[in-house]
Amino acid sequence: MYLNPKIEQRVVQAILWVFTLATVFILFFIIFYILHKGLPVLSYNFLTTNPLDMGKSGGIYSTIIGTIALTIMSLLIATPLGVGTAIYLTEYTRESRITRVIRFGSECLSGIPSIIFGLFGFILFVTKLKMGWSILSGGLTLAFMLLPTIIRTSEEAIKSVPYNLHEVSYSLGSTQWQTVTKVVLPSALPGILTGVILSVGRSVGETAAVIFTAGSALRMPTSLFSSSRTMAVHFFILAREGISMPNAYGTAAVLIITILIINIIAYRLMHKFIKKYS
Amino acid sequence: MSIIEVNNLSLFYGNFQALKNINLNVEQQKITALIGPSGCGKSTFLRCLNRMNDLIDDVHITGSVKIASHDIYHNSFDLLGLRKKVGMVFQRPNPFPLSIYDNVVYGLRVHGILDKKIMEEKLKWSLESVHLWAEVKDKLDANALTLSGEQQQRLCIARLAAVEPEVLLMDEPCSALDPISTAKIEDLMYELKKQYTIIIVTHNMQQAARVSEYTGYFLLGDLVEFGETTQIFTSPKDSRTEDYLTGRFG
Repeated sequence: MYLNPKIEQRVVQAILWVFTLATVFILFFIIFYILHKGLPVLSYNFLTTNPLDMGKSGGIYSTIIGTIALTIMSLLIATPLGVGTAIYLTEYTRESRITRVIRFGSECLSGIPSIIFGLFGFILFVTKLKMGWSILSGGLTLAFMLLPTIIRTSEEAIKSVPYNLHEVSYSLGSTQWQTVTKVVLPSALPGILTGVILSVGRSVGETAAVIFTAGSALRMPTSLFSSSRTMAVHFFILAREGISMPNAYGTAAVLIITILIINIIAYRLMHKFIKKYS
Repeated sequence: MSIIEVNNLSLFYGNFQALKNINLNVEQQKITALIGPSGCGKSTFLRCLNRMNDLIDDVHITGSVKIASHDIYHNSFDLLGLRKKVGMVFQRPNPFPLSIYDNVVYGLRVHGILDKKIMEEKLKWSLESVHLWAEVKDKLDANALTLSGEQQQRLCIARLAAVEPEVLLMDEPCSALDPISTAKIEDLMYELKKQYTIIIVTHNMQQAARVSEYTGYFLLGDLVEFGETTQIFTSPKDSRTEDYLTGRFG
């Protein structure tokens, strides 16, 4: 079939435009819908009082604290491991079979469904290592889920530091470690931070893996060994068991606003990072 | 007096021989220029002197390089100490994307000098030695990348000066600069040779004639001719040197 190239161009343009519009529309629809249903519930009280009566009334304070605790815990574990692995892969070893295996393994890790992580965390940390449903078990499990993202973004950030900066550093008599800590990491920091912040978003939103490992206790957590319910889990239980749809939407609104803010910060940082080297 | 003695130096990238039996002595506190067409081994040779070629895979070196009578390729030789003594200025100005202050004191920190007072003294002294102090003293916290190309190249020399090297290796230090900036850097080299031995690789024959006391002509990995600059430029002994200098080739 032959179409006039000019008409063809128009048609293609229109189709691509519709596709793009659809993507944006879905995003805005979700955000609008959740905020429309959830914002009326939101109030200072909703954020600062503990849930009462299984969440039927009261606020979501303890779940906010639970979410923060679990996120910090997972990042404290995943960031050093991930950045360390990235440094090893980019600076301390040459491309070889082993690095390809490590990279492939890390890619596979990111493809595993989160419920499998949950089950794995439940078997290993909760039962075998007797940590119980706790912030610690949940944090460790989440950390494994976050690792691939942190490794990949850190690797990209480190690779984007120009090689001549390494050369200068060596030519001034630095060791490899001095070069990594004084030149490479400071230059790569915004890129690494972007990965970490995106992981925060993932950590905040994760449900399946958390419900298996951190449990769903509504009490305020008191230690690393307390079970705790995150906002995402709280939303899931409120909606799934039909406890209170208004409160579920309220929780969802807080979640979505949090994640939006996190993504905006990450986007800004990434932009700054790209500008620095272009 | 010779500070650097190179004997029968050959260098191979895998099977390719990039330097062929180089013999050369470098005089202390003089400027030695290395000229020749692209890809003939000048930069490779320069990088042998601070062992930067160690960073490249599959490089194999024979022969000996002695600096201040120490064989720098000997197993027990202190590589980090060598690089402190033999500093390098690169083709493109390459300050770290850090503040001016952090750039200059980088080498001091690396070599364990952390005393604030000493750092500030050396900072001022090294920036003064490259005539940059007056221009930057009020904005030491500014990112070094905000400086002009020529200022950046000066900063890179100050960064070296802070660790007090004895030899400066300059790998086409002006090729990314305009003629006026080039003249300023050349003036600076003239002053610097009171303290340092300078070896400069350059594409620019006029530059070699202007600044150097000794000149070496490289061609396809051979050091064709080496001698006093006036002699090389007025009465070269080798016809290949003459062809290059008169522009018949290269």
